[in-house]
Amino acid sequence: MRLLEYESKQILKGYNIAGPRGETVSRGQETSFPPPAMLKSQVPTGGRGKAGGILAAQSAPEMGERLELLFDTPIHGFTPTRILVEEQIELRQEFYLGITYDTAAKLPVAVFSQQGGVDVEALAKQQPGQVVDMHFSPLRRLPSFQARELVSRAGVTGKLLIQLGAVFSRLADVFLDYDATLAEINPMGLAADGRLIALDCHLEIDDDALPRQPEMAQLAKEKGRFAGGRAVSDFERRAQEIDSLDHRGVAGRVIEFPGNLGLIIGGGGASLTAFDAVRQHGGQPANYCEIGGNPSVFKVTELTKHILSKPGVKKIAVIMNVVSNTRVDLVARGVIKGILESGGDPAQSVAVFRVPGAWEEEGFRLLSKYGVPYCDRTVSIDEAARRAAAATTAQ
Amino acid sequence: MTILANSETRVLVQGITGREAASFTKDMLEYGTKVVSGVTPGKKGHTVHSVPVFDTVAQAMAFETADAAIISVPPLMVKEAAQEALLGGIKLLIVVTERVPRRDTVEFLELARETGATVIGPNTLGLISPGVVKLGMAGGPVATVEKAYMPGKVGIASRSGGMTTEIANLLTTNGIGQSTCISVGGDPIVGSNFLELAERFNQDPGTEAMVIFSEPGGVIEEKLAQWVQENRVTMPIIAFIAGRFVDDMPGMRFGHAATIVEGDKGSTKSKIEVFEGAGIRVAHAFSDIVTILREVL
Repeated sequence: MRLLEYESKQILKGYNIAGPRGETVSRGQETSFPPPAMLKSQVPTGGRGKAGGILAAQSAPEMGERLELLFDTPIHGFTPTRILVEEQIELRQEFYLGITYDTAAKLPVAVFSQQGGVDVEALAKQQPGQVVDMHFSPLRRLPSFQARELVSRAGVTGKLLIQLGAVFSRLADVFLDYDATLAEINPMGLAADGRLIALDCHLEIDDDALPRQPEMAQLAKEKGRFAGGRAVSDFERRAQEIDSLDHRGVAGRVIEFPGNLGLIIGGGGASLTAFDAVRQHGGQPANYCEIGGNPSVFKVTELTKHILSKPGVKKIAVIMNVVSNTRVDLVARGVIKGILESGGDPAQSVAVFRVPGAWEEEGFRLLSKYGVPYCDRTVSIDEAARRAAAATTAQ
Repeated sequence: MTILANSETRVLVQGITGREAASFTKDMLEYGTKVVSGVTPGKKGHTVHSVPVFDTVAQAMAFETADAAIISVPPLMVKEAAQEALLGGIKLLIVVTERVPRRDTVEFLELARETGATVIGPNTLGLISPGVVKLGMAGGPVATVEKAYMPGKVGIASRSGGMTTEIANLLTTNGIGQSTCISVGGDPIVGSNFLELAERFNQDPGTEAMVIFSEPGGVIEEKLAQWVQENRVTMPIIAFIAGRFVDDMPGMRFGHAATIVEGDKGSTKSKIEVFEGAGIRVAHAFSDIVTILREVL
């Protein structure tokens, strides 16, 4: 879960990492914050500056005007419900401070650069010498002396070295205490008066840790923190509802695509494999999905009906890896029932049924009774996908 | 020959009284795996499919020393269970549980490095050395395992548990047997990744080739390619990379700091490029795995 800038800065404040003076304003709300000020759209995405989400205001009328403009400006598909209004600060220098997990080393890694504020990914590529990093132990954390070692490698010395080392150590505490997967201050500004001020902050919280981070779990549930993002289509929303109809197995994670071939595919890895294979063979998927964990007949029935209800979808392909937990016969029954209840003929509506594994004899018996074209484990996932693609492109 | 476990490996199951754990304990016993004990705090004196249950790992180890432990406990209890196993002397740890917080994984993996233990998972179905031993849920009940797996000389490592069995099934139906098949786990950080398992397969006289099932995200494929090149590895490695369509999906973004470390290299396109550059054979269609194996074996 990505926190908004002002939420992240509130957490930093609790760890004695200062940000600019400021307040958040909701739409239609008055602000008494004295200009000049920076106005920052609170949306969960990077690159806000370039997209017009950060504006300066020199006077009160300008501030009113620009606040309104920001509320009306979607940034990468997100519309803010709050704007952060902050003091303008005269800077001498900007730094980059970041902490994340190095998945190969299996450790947290602290990343630092003397050139903050810019696109640090690009900087790391173009001038690798300008970006330094250091792994640390989650058990021993990142003490100031270790952080100073890192910052010093980037060429910082004197009082600034001590300040940055201390702040980095506290950022590591935030990272670990809040179960973050990313804690980034970019830029960290050095003000004309010598203070370090976190001008922007990006925290990502591990979704799997939310059960022990009640404060963050509460935030995650809060509606209206912002609007937008990848719009969930009505088709996808209805599929989510079907998945939550009962707790047995998964028959969801549906993503809509513009094609004509409905897909009931699973589990995770096999769904990726089958989807790629259908497209490689010229098929046009109407949807992506992941089923598994032995979904109930009811769920599969409803999902089948739902996919068949999509305009243009005449056939569905049912493809899974060799299953051991999910029962083949239950998937078969659900698919057949869904087609019958949609007024279709299972022999015509199924492009291919390829789910081998547990209870396959029972499943195959049922499928042949209804004349459904099925295949057993000797037919590979990509061959099944080829047959499905051929069945729909020949329509 | 096998890697990681063999017919002598003695196994302890943590969380054995849970529904899922009890069920895979039964499957393991029927497959011939030596399950010697189980642990569920507060359930000492019970048995699960005749396996004695203890309150602590220390009690279980005093009853009979185990070499491997399988953890199937709720996500927030995994770290402690892992610490208990590792400090109790377990050298092979299989963490089946999903949704373990990343910080916990990193912490118990650090302890595993200190105690010299090997970890598979979290979020793994376990492993199978066909005809020899099965740890965890991999493959399901014996009847299903026997249809999909057969002994042989190809090692499998897969990010997806279901696809571990699917690949084994593809090889078996084409008459190619397997040495050891490992579901490495679907989390961003796992105890044993493709690189570490390739090193083990490469040292195993019973393994002649390795098949990898990879998905978008992460940098380990890059490290594997580098290792193959630097060490002039001659063991054939065949990779299948699923999820090519994910490359075209907007919104699948990594955070800033992560892309610095990983250098923007999680796409399937870049994985295919680094693999092919290092001489790792990429199967562009799933069943090409067999075609390529026939060429190299």
